[in-house]
Amino acid sequence: MAPYESDDAVDAARDEAPHAGRRKAARYAVPVAVVGVAAATIGLVPALAASGDPDLPKITAQHLIEKIAKSDVQQLSGTVKINTDLGLPNLGGMENSLASGAAKGSGASSADPQSQLTSLVSGAHTLRVAADGPQRQKLSLLESGSEYSLIHNGKDVWGYDSKSNEVYHSASADAGKDHRAEPPATPKDFADQALKSVDDTTSVTVDGTEQVAGRDAYKLLIKPRQSGTTVGAISVAVDAKTGMPLKFTLTPKSGGAAVLDVGFTQVSFARPTASTFDFTPPKGAKVTQEKQDPAARKHSESGKGFAKGMEGGGVLGKGWTSVATFDTGSKGGLPTGSKGGDLGGFVGSLGEKVSGKFGKGTVFSTRLVNALITDDGKVYAGAVTKDALVKAADAGK
Amino acid sequence: MSRAEPVPLSETVPGSAGRRPSPLWTFGLLRSELVTTVRRWRTLALLAVLAAVPVLVGIAVKIETRGGGDVGHGGQGPAFISQITNNGLFLVFTALAATLPFFLPMAVGVVAGDAIAGEAGSGTLRYLLVAPAGRTRLLLTKYTTVLAFCLLATLVVTVSALIVGALLFPLGDLTTISGTRISFGEGLGRALLIALVVAASLVGVAALGLFVSTLTGSGIAAMATTVGLVITVQILDQIPQLHALQPYFFSHYWLSFADLMRDPVYWDDLTKNLGLQALYAAVFGSAAWARFTAKDISA
Repeated sequence: MAPYESDDAVDAARDEAPHAGRRKAARYAVPVAVVGVAAATIGLVPALAASGDPDLPKITAQHLIEKIAKSDVQQLSGTVKINTDLGLPNLGGMENSLASGAAKGSGASSADPQSQLTSLVSGAHTLRVAADGPQRQKLSLLESGSEYSLIHNGKDVWGYDSKSNEVYHSASADAGKDHRAEPPATPKDFADQALKSVDDTTSVTVDGTEQVAGRDAYKLLIKPRQSGTTVGAISVAVDAKTGMPLKFTLTPKSGGAAVLDVGFTQVSFARPTASTFDFTPPKGAKVTQEKQDPAARKHSESGKGFAKGMEGGGVLGKGWTSVATFDTGSKGGLPTGSKGGDLGGFVGSLGEKVSGKFGKGTVFSTRLVNALITDDGKVYAGAVTKDALVKAADAGK
Repeated sequence: MSRAEPVPLSETVPGSAGRRPSPLWTFGLLRSELVTTVRRWRTLALLAVLAAVPVLVGIAVKIETRGGGDVGHGGQGPAFISQITNNGLFLVFTALAATLPFFLPMAVGVVAGDAIAGEAGSGTLRYLLVAPAGRTRLLLTKYTTVLAFCLLATLVVTVSALIVGALLFPLGDLTTISGTRISFGEGLGRALLIALVVAASLVGVAALGLFVSTLTGSGIAAMATTVGLVITVQILDQIPQLHALQPYFFSHYWLSFADLMRDPVYWDDLTKNLGLQALYAAVFGSAAWARFTAKDISA
């Protein structure tokens, strides 16, 4: 006997084809419905979850800033997402090879914090932070299948790169201070920087409330009053209970996506387990010992190159439109066109030629920072528009 | 329960009108499917290839580091490879990271693609349907068999890597990629958990393969299409212009199993991966059901 269902189907097709066709089509509604439900869930759930801004008592901007200043969070652990979009040309792997090449050139291991944390300058990254008082902190940079951890425990600072199994170690009495000197990575670091610049050139307002990492937070909106800057607005979400900044967003005046977006996606103010900060180099790992005080080393290394050039450096203007300036000392300016060969031409093509009272130069633009390198070797850089930069250069002349 | 009786034409759902077989019978069908699948030479050859990968990786690392050299030159190669020489348990993670992008989905694609189309191609599908199982039940049995093969294939890689790692390299306490230490026992537990997550990562490919298998009557065509889809999706996952689509590719979060080696474990991508696999299973599983129960079986 033939399989009865096939009998059924064949007979049905023979006798009442339209009916059977409809019934068959109806079955396909099931996968379509599953796709629809999934799409609706993906689309609607975040929207519904984000709709409820928390109801918090009103607070003035002044009080909120004081709250941030008074905030003294000693213990926390959490996950931070950092998203940087400076609008730099995407160099892809070239960037990495340049960075690692630079690291190798200076004889540093891949576990050196300096070579690792520069990768935060572009793209999206996930960090984990944990802190227990001023003596114990941990910062981990989560990569696909590997992780870079920077652990400060008392006198020791350990850097561990699980990808290459290399360890960096430095022990010094004032290592705690050194840790603070590292590149900023948490929303609090950025917020502190932004609040330093608050003066009469800035308007600070409280812009409602929001939920960040499941916590109620006030939104502090910092806007430059001056024209000529490329900074559109800075928004800081401040935890209503502890006063700790949970999220920091910098949007450029030109609109579009945020240049810098740093925020906790998960945070807890409980004391992290002590084992978090314990580190012993794994068997077989290559350990690079830092004998000198790292801060001094950094200063001497980068200092040497720039020391000459930085002579005559200074800041023009004030507030948001301040422009940093220094003299590279090379009178030829950029190696452009035929003089610098192919590479010079390539570098020059990334910028835009401008001229003014200061002479001639090339402006390199990102979405936030513009830099003008004049042909006589002076550099002007700031978070200002191109016109403001040229004006500053004219004035500085 | 005589199968010689003519089936009334009015019966729409097979096996529903007083013919519902006992659950034990379904179990018997599943068992016979499992035995048939595992006993095939093709399946055994696939498992042998999977078991050989950790052996190759282990021997290569052993030879390269014989003179006290360094493997993975500054972080090149599959994840965890630089730690193998210090702890053989890391061979499990490296082997899974090396097989997950291609070997494992290929094996699953072959078995899943063959599930229905192979029976149809060799003319045995109609005889399977004579059994009082009904098409839905047969499809579920086939899918369960493919899922069991996902688990089996992953465990073959894991066990092979564990044996090779224990033979060639030292074992002991291990350092998580976050830099903290865990005991060997906990490391072994995490390795098992990772194997389960890797097996679960293949659920989506299995459902996709089963759906493709219901579309055609040729087993080879179904296998080739499934394996081709696995490769195509992974290539598309590398194209930066498609980043908006990429979170919905079944392979996008595959390597998130490495997050289980962080301390504390980072669950975000892991849950996304499992959710995505469940979504693929639901969409392509129901599509396969719609196709298979509505199709004319003539072979």
